[in-house]
Amino acid sequence: MSTHAITLADLLTLSGVLFALAVAGIFLNRKNVILLLMCVELLLLAANFNFIAFSRVSGDINGQVFVFFVLTVAAAESAIGLAILVVLFRERRSINVEDLNTLRG
Amino acid sequence: MHTFLHLVPGMLPAIPEIFLGFAICAVLLFEVFVGVKRPGATATFTLLMLVVGAALTVRYADVAHSMVLFGGMYIADPLAFVLKLAAFLCVAVALLYSRMYLENRDILRGEYHVLALTALLGIFVIISAGSLLTVYIGVELLALSVYAMVAFDRESGVAAESAMKYFVLGAIASGTLLYGMSIIYGLTGTLDLAVIATKLTAPGSLGVILGLTFIVVAVAFKLGAVPFHMWLPDVYEGAPTSVTLFVGTAPKIAYFALALRLLAHGLAGTSADWTVMLMPLAVLTLIVGNVVAIVQTNLKRMLAYSTIGHVGFILLGFIAGTPSGYTAALYYTLVYVLVALGAFGVILLASRKSFEADKLDHYKGLYQRDPLLALVMMVLMFSLAGVPPFVGFWAKLRIIQALWETRHPGLVIVAVVMSVVGAFYYLRVVKLMYFDAPPENLPATLRPLGPRFVIGVNAAATLALGILPSPLLDLCSRLIH
Repeated sequence: MSTHAITLADLLTLSGVLFALAVAGIFLNRKNVILLLMCVELLLLAANFNFIAFSRVSGDINGQVFVFFVLTVAAAESAIGLAILVVLFRERRSINVEDLNTLRG
Repeated sequence: MHTFLHLVPGMLPAIPEIFLGFAICAVLLFEVFVGVKRPGATATFTLLMLVVGAALTVRYADVAHSMVLFGGMYIADPLAFVLKLAAFLCVAVALLYSRMYLENRDILRGEYHVLALTALLGIFVIISAGSLLTVYIGVELLALSVYAMVAFDRESGVAAESAMKYFVLGAIASGTLLYGMSIIYGLTGTLDLAVIATKLTAPGSLGVILGLTFIVVAVAFKLGAVPFHMWLPDVYEGAPTSVTLFVGTAPKIAYFALALRLLAHGLAGTSADWTVMLMPLAVLTLIVGNVVAIVQTNLKRMLAYSTIGHVGFILLGFIAGTPSGYTAALYYTLVYVLVALGAFGVILLASRKSFEADKLDHYKGLYQRDPLLALVMMVLMFSLAGVPPFVGFWAKLRIIQALWETRHPGLVIVAVVMSVVGAFYYLRVVKLMYFDAPPENLPATLRPLGPRFVIGVNAAATLALGILPSPLLDLCSRLIH
């Protein structure tokens, strides 16, 4: 059984993959607005991963403190996103991304 | 206790933010105990708070030279002082114009004013940001408040749709900003912008370019630069006009400060890289904004594309990359905010209960229906088009001068050609107002004394600053140097 230490490159690759997944999810998904909100969360988590990885490598604690702020903001962000979604659903009776098309030009 | 009191004098330059924090709580409580019984009282109380805040800012935050507070998180300098006063004024005028409009739609509630104040707090935090953390907190505080304001009219399906689009695209921009910041943090090992400026001195390395790309995309998105402008026309058209007025004015001051603090100060060493990135963005922004505005039939949407065009000019100031370029960008931003306040204010005053004066056709023959409002709109349109002697002319001239000094003749040509294209659709509004017959059965415009007086002053200021441009120009130049 080989042991393999987790390097900075591994962590950055993981965060890059998370970021790409989130962006792909936002642009490929044409069905459900809730999935968009989940992808937005994933986007922030990808950046958090970077901050923690760099903070661990450099020994500077500020990066980890930043992550706590980001988590708090992410919570507020989902609250507002879901609130707008509720308003939208009341008006349209749908949370389909394709139905968001009255504003054009 | 002694040590705490010892800290107080050092915190005085942060009075605008501290007071605003208290004012937000005060307005919330006022709404609960007084506002529910007397609608409209909260609006007056909020205006009072803004006046007190501005007075305290003048008294305590007028620092002679740059100061760093809270361990590098917060910068108090003359630039921040002036931008904050401008933001106070801008929000106060915006709320004053909006009052009757909100009343007519039954959304004159305390929450609206609280959201306006939290957005203002976000603007202040961005203006004074000294660290990546404060930049991020400010950007989010502003953005989250504005998303809620766009969706404030719960009866309007269009507003909810535009809020959702704004929210999703805005969240992507925040995520991108954060990702870029994390890379810059990884390269430098610090969040402090001043330290980052000393560590990132050489452009061209792959990591720097990667981090910069994310940050430039996010800044371009927040400003509304093409191709990251998709949210802007939808939000301007879909949001209640009072919110469009709010979104289109005070946050522009903050996003100018964001670009200045992040790109021009923190990442100054890599300016060769981000200038190259901004150049195609600025050219596209100028062209798309001005050309697409021509085919619009909705005035709010037309002004949205016009905003995009003006953002192109502000970006050109950053591309010049010299103090005179930043001065021109600052001057342009302040001038644009002043004129946009008036232009959206006219739409608010021309609207009635269950009638939104947002089509260009609604302005046909406005001169015969309401000569004062038509005159105000004409002055503002001339200024947006950059016709001398109005202030918009000097703003465009300064940008072009700065580009010429730094040898960007190609960009100068694009800027001049696009100003001419832009003049077409602004002057079309003037033609509709003065030379076309008014359509039948349009409701009369609103005639509240206060807002009409202020909008008159707003237009007069556009003319006065155009005739005497040097005081504001000198001020901008002093703030940047």
